[in-house]
Amino acid sequence: VLAPPPSRQALAEQLAALGYIVDDGLAMSVFLALRMQRPLFLEGAPGVGKTLLASMLAELFETRLIRLQCYEGLDISQAAYEWNYPRQLLELQARSRGAPGGDAASDASAATDDLYREAFLLKRPLLQAIDAAVERAPVLLIDEIDRADEEFESFLLELLGDFQITIPELGTIKARHRPVVVLTSNRTRDVHDALKRRCLYHWIDYPSLATELEIVRRKVPALGEHLRLRVVAFVQRLRREDLSKLPGVAETVDWAEAVAQLGTAALDAETVDATLGLLLKYHDDIERVRGPVVAQLLGESP
Amino acid sequence: VKLNGEAYRGGSGARGAGVPHDIVAFVRALRAAGLRVGVDQSESFAQALAWVDPMVRRDVYLAARATLVFRREDLAVFDELFAEFFGGPQPAPRGAAAQEPPLAPRHDRREFFRTALVAYMAERVDPAAREVEVPDRARAASGLEQLQRKDFADCTADELDAIARAMRELRLDVTLRYSRRLVRARRGDRLDLPRIVRDAARRSGAVLALARRRRKLRRRPLVVLADISGSMELYSRILLQFLHGVTQRHARTETFVFGTRLTRITGQLQIRNVDAALDHAAREIVDFAGGTRIGDCLHAFERQHARRVLGRGAVVLIISDGWDTGEPARLAAEMRRLAERAHRIVWLNPLAGRAGYAPEARGMAAALAYVDDFLPVHDLASLQTLAHRLGRLPRRKGAGDFAAARSPFAPHRVPGSRKLQPSAPQRAEVPR
Repeated sequence: VLAPPPSRQALAEQLAALGYIVDDGLAMSVFLALRMQRPLFLEGAPGVGKTLLASMLAELFETRLIRLQCYEGLDISQAAYEWNYPRQLLELQARSRGAPGGDAASDASAATDDLYREAFLLKRPLLQAIDAAVERAPVLLIDEIDRADEEFESFLLELLGDFQITIPELGTIKARHRPVVVLTSNRTRDVHDALKRRCLYHWIDYPSLATELEIVRRKVPALGEHLRLRVVAFVQRLRREDLSKLPGVAETVDWAEAVAQLGTAALDAETVDATLGLLLKYHDDIERVRGPVVAQLLGESP
Repeated sequence: VKLNGEAYRGGSGARGAGVPHDIVAFVRALRAAGLRVGVDQSESFAQALAWVDPMVRRDVYLAARATLVFRREDLAVFDELFAEFFGGPQPAPRGAAAQEPPLAPRHDRREFFRTALVAYMAERVDPAAREVEVPDRARAASGLEQLQRKDFADCTADELDAIARAMRELRLDVTLRYSRRLVRARRGDRLDLPRIVRDAARRSGAVLALARRRRKLRRRPLVVLADISGSMELYSRILLQFLHGVTQRHARTETFVFGTRLTRITGQLQIRNVDAALDHAAREIVDFAGGTRIGDCLHAFERQHARRVLGRGAVVLIISDGWDTGEPARLAAEMRRLAERAHRIVWLNPLAGRAGYAPEARGMAAALAYVDDFLPVHDLASLQTLAHRLGRLPRRKGAGDFAAARSPFAPHRVPGSRKLQPSAPQRAEVPR
């Protein structure tokens, strides 16, 4: 299970067996990232399954998923490591009580060195991912890197390029087993080229009609073949409309589930209008599409 | 598994030495088209080929794409060049058509692509045209006093040159906001534990003082939307020159120009001078018969760029006289949307500097309800005022309103609203 699959086709099949459908482009990028042991940078609109891919890989390799959710202000102490300050302080005070009247000045440097050892280190996700103690390389998901500040990106360069983290007080910690690293970005801002260059880059599109049909077939088996085609074709056409937020794959699946639950025989404009809130998340978008546009989209042939 | 490219055609050794000739040539072609492909990446591609069947064209294409491209904008050009370089048909279509920018569906795809390629290459290929000019301060200074209040439209070419030089002396500091990063501060509002421990270690565990931190202040991103149609072109040119000059070290400035369509020129401004970038953009997006469609252009901005560009509380500068040939209601609706996302909207209107100006252009009247600051920009003095004030925008959204008191046409305030109201004609109806 630990060895990467021999070809992109084999990888795609293994992922499909877990219920995650990839097209050949994504299969190739993931395959090469595994084979070449490079981080994978996934960019794309929200809802195309970027984050899900990482957990699928963890499942595939039967290993741990370590997730770092990025946000503005995220810094090394939250992402990589932090010294356990309360323990350090307690230790210092215990020592000074233990040796009263000692020469404070001469202790000082020894005390300082002694304080910065592994026992006082709190390991955060990035350091956990390259921790030598783990037996099996984990999957490290650095989610929504575009939310973090630019300063944080430069910190990641060392980790992504050499799979190591340098802690000034302790030295350089290098991964014994290289983790599988997946970075995602919703592209709310441009991530620096230097970071992307260290990765294999893949732009995830919304799935094609065939891929999305397959996804819905697996996720919502209760939905008949005819309705499935109608549902997916409608979503595909809807994504060509001028909307603030296009429906993602998760929305398609939710909607397909709803249509299956309603038990209607055919997908008519009335049903669509009533359930549009599952697909579109902005009031403006719903108002725009409801009625004539829905009727028109339903009327077109797939 | 040992992972490197040695399996591929036995190549290995010095940097780049293991990369076969056909790859080198292809990478060279990509670079010529403006893609920033590094040596590392061509090596990655060569390595990748060890893992795929080099005889299967689709596999080679996908491997090349995964290793050589790292920006979405580059994908279209990459596809085109790959097809050209390795022959055969266009690679399989990329997913749903919905992924094209919103302009595309109603356009012919090939036409769209060609424009994209031309625009792309123009932007990337020629970083040469850099402006080199020796400032002649002595001559400039003499005339500057008189030029202070002379409308740009009435200036001669020499006078405009003098103004351009004077503008370079101006400094601009866009308003600040608190980021979530922490910096040391004597009177910070939270404790700096790492420092406290380090200090304590030096004093045998005694904590004598509490080091503090506070949130770091940083500049807001600046987004400029400049109208370059008809009479606005001159003003926009001067203003962009001004903004380009004062924001060069301010990395977070995004610049767009519009006429009948919107185009992003941020990249071009980084590598060439304002005049060249505008000449290029003007050919593309100004349809002289079509007039200005501010509403449509704001809509395009909202769909294609707003998410990426307005993320961190941006200040939006719109440079336009407000003569809009579109529907005022549409412009108003787009302005409302923009106002929701931007920290502040500053509208710079050269006409506002004229005596007795009232926002008679229907578009201007419709937009004004959503503008935080409405300022004239028609002469050098007004630019100096602008530079001075951009650094003093209120830190919080909607707080204060410096334009209201000083704006030349003195709009009245509506109770309960901080935004400006046009005095005449009446504000357009805004649909939900």
